[in-house]
Amino acid sequence: MSHIETPPGHVAEAHFDTRPIWRTFWILLGITCFELILATIHIKTEGRFPPKLVLNGVYLILTCAKAFYIIAEFMHLRHEIKNMIMTIAVPALLFVWFIIAFLWDGGSYRDLRNRYDRHHAEQNLIKAPPREEPAAKKPGQPD
Amino acid sequence: MAQAVPAGQKWWSGGKSPFNVEYGKLMMWYFLMSDAFTFGAFLISYGTIRFSSNGWPDPNEVFKAFPLMGEMNLPLVFVSLMTFILIASSVTMVLAVAAGHNNDQKSVTKYMILTIIGGLMFLGCQAWEWTHLHGEGAWWGRNPFPNADGSVASTNFTNFFFTITGFHGFHVFSGVVINCIMLIKNLRGDFAKRGHYLMIEKAGLYWHFVDLVWVFVFTCFYLL
Repeated sequence: MSHIETPPGHVAEAHFDTRPIWRTFWILLGITCFELILATIHIKTEGRFPPKLVLNGVYLILTCAKAFYIIAEFMHLRHEIKNMIMTIAVPALLFVWFIIAFLWDGGSYRDLRNRYDRHHAEQNLIKAPPREEPAAKKPGQPD
Repeated sequence: MAQAVPAGQKWWSGGKSPFNVEYGKLMMWYFLMSDAFTFGAFLISYGTIRFSSNGWPDPNEVFKAFPLMGEMNLPLVFVSLMTFILIASSVTMVLAVAAGHNNDQKSVTKYMILTIIGGLMFLGCQAWEWTHLHGEGAWWGRNPFPNADGSVASTNFTNFFFTITGFHGFHVFSGVVINCIMLIKNLRGDFAKRGHYLMIEKAGLYWHFVDLVWVFVFTCFYLL
């Protein structure tokens, strides 16, 4: 094997188009602005609209969309050979199990503790004292 | 679209790179995979602890300050600025990669400088935010913010916040260092001599990964 035929130089994709880069930029910016608008509406209506649970679902979907665009376009994965895409995408599926299993476990721990540990449940009902305004600021301390 | 492969091409018969990418670039991908699982473990443990807690501080109450705006209530504004800076620096990074494909040494230099400036701006923003929160009394093991329902909060919130944004900030910092090294190598003409700019691409992959992680940190800490 005296020489390897592929790079240097990446013969297969000599021309690198910059238009998709800007399109991806605007998509990412648009999604982020949309998230912020939703968050602002949520704050202004004091949490009545959109309901927090719906809002969180929307955030997660939009986050995955942003992740897709960064990986596919900025990191150029969409333009690689399919076998290589699979070596990245298939192991990443572990995250599906990872997230469901652990969050479920956390929720279950909370329910069990509230049911069987009275002391813990009561501790969580104690209200925090109102925060006192920071008294005279020390010089040099940022506000 | 995925790269078209000629029919009957025997990728695995030797003499070719089966994935049609350079070895170092492929290994960068696999390193980023492992790094993704490290960040995933951090963020999922954060989620697990949050799911197991009866209350959690409201991010809109915690992150509502903006430099020089004093006590004004501006939730999400500052972190949006940070997000914008990081996305913009990601764009300049791809433009540097594109310029490298065209063997355009001057443009590579220009876009690398812009990317480094973006990274430094992001780090500056994060430094300000940490200093501000520290001034409010938040740090590892100290949490001045009550839960959203007004009950006493544990220190889990601040511990996770400083650990995860710190770990991400460290990645940004090392990304800036790597980009500086690439800029210097480019200015010395190392890549022009070599005839290709694959090193810029590898640094670019790392830089985009940092942006990718920020997307998730942004959602988990500031939106949810």
